[in-house]
Amino acid sequence: MTIFVSSISILLGLGFAILLSAMRMSGNLVLINFARVFISFFRGVPLLVQLLLIFNLLPALGLSLSSLATALIGLSLCTAAYQAENLRGGFEGVPPGLIESAEMAGFSPTQTFLHIRTPIALRMTFPALVNEAILILKASSLVSVVGLIELTKMAQNLAASTYMPLPIFASAGLIYLAINLVVAAIGRRAEVALPGLPAK
Amino acid sequence: MNFDFAVILAKGPQIIAGLGVTILIWIVGTILAAAIGFLVATLRRYGGRLMDKLLSVPVEILRGTPFLVQIFLLYFGGPYIGIRLDPIPAGLLGLSIYGAAYYAEIFRAGYNSVPTGHAEAADCVGFTRLQTILYVQLPEMALLVLPPANNMAVILLKETALLSLITVPEMTMTVQAIGSQQYAFVEAIVVLALVYWGLVELSNFLGRIAERRLSKLSS
Repeated sequence: MTIFVSSISILLGLGFAILLSAMRMSGNLVLINFARVFISFFRGVPLLVQLLLIFNLLPALGLSLSSLATALIGLSLCTAAYQAENLRGGFEGVPPGLIESAEMAGFSPTQTFLHIRTPIALRMTFPALVNEAILILKASSLVSVVGLIELTKMAQNLAASTYMPLPIFASAGLIYLAINLVVAAIGRRAEVALPGLPAK
Repeated sequence: MNFDFAVILAKGPQIIAGLGVTILIWIVGTILAAAIGFLVATLRRYGGRLMDKLLSVPVEILRGTPFLVQIFLLYFGGPYIGIRLDPIPAGLLGLSIYGAAYYAEIFRAGYNSVPTGHAEAADCVGFTRLQTILYVQLPEMALLVLPPANNMAVILLKETALLSLITVPEMTMTVQAIGSQQYAFVEAIVVLALVYWGLVELSNFLGRIAERRLSKLSS
């Protein structure tokens, strides 16, 4: 469940983050400010508080959600804000010459964004993405608070029923550590295997 | 559904007391974390290869596991090996140790950024190791270390919210309790989120001022 929630959130968050980047570069003041406030809020409020907010606010507005949906929404919105910040650096690093040549070749701004700028920005910020995946894996322990039975909640339940919190929480920690080491190793492999960056 | 924020705001003094605990734990915890982190980074650099390897293990473990699991282990597991702590000391200890692992990495990068020639030059003019660290390496790395150090301080501020789960009476726990008593849980969480948001933006702002001051000073 931990792995499932984390990986879905990372992917959804990446989609949102690209959308936020597009808004921030759109030139439309409303969209720019929306993206700015969104990113500032989700980076400025503890994830625990965000999850409590989503878990309680949406039902109060008449939208009932399961623990899983709450967890996914909370984690993806939060990671979207962080990933958008990471992508910002990537988008700024796209060589202007490439964008100009795409325009010359008759690409529309949307096409340039989707086919030129986004892939390059993603490639440039790939190490940050791996880092974010590890952060989200650790942050996913918080969704235990909204009642989802993932690794941490399972450990809590086991600790309560067996009265052995020490070995159980220690094992939970080791499992997180092992998953993170695997993610980091895959990240390093992928970093080598991915195509290089265009020259400036 | 109607939202009634008045019942929450009427509990202002309690919220401020919770905010006080949050800020106290945050500031003390961050200072301790930075101090332990600096010590660890220094020992790793000058304590020989074995010390470097030995200290890398706890750093990697602390950085690879969730803070929530760490504080559960300390608070609920601790009593089984004789570490019996009240919530506030447990929270403070947990936050400092967790933060120290990240600060150790920040200072390690700082040490690596100082050209070895500078430390060697200080050796040649008769500086002791301590003098070299304090008067040459620390000032030189300050400019590089300050932005990630500020960043980490803000992360630690947000992590203090998790201490509510081991019953530390900080802001998140206080405001949640008020929300349940007043049957205004949603309003309580909204207020809570806004206070954290303000606090984080304020500390980001102060951090940027400090960075600007320092870069002016060093140029």
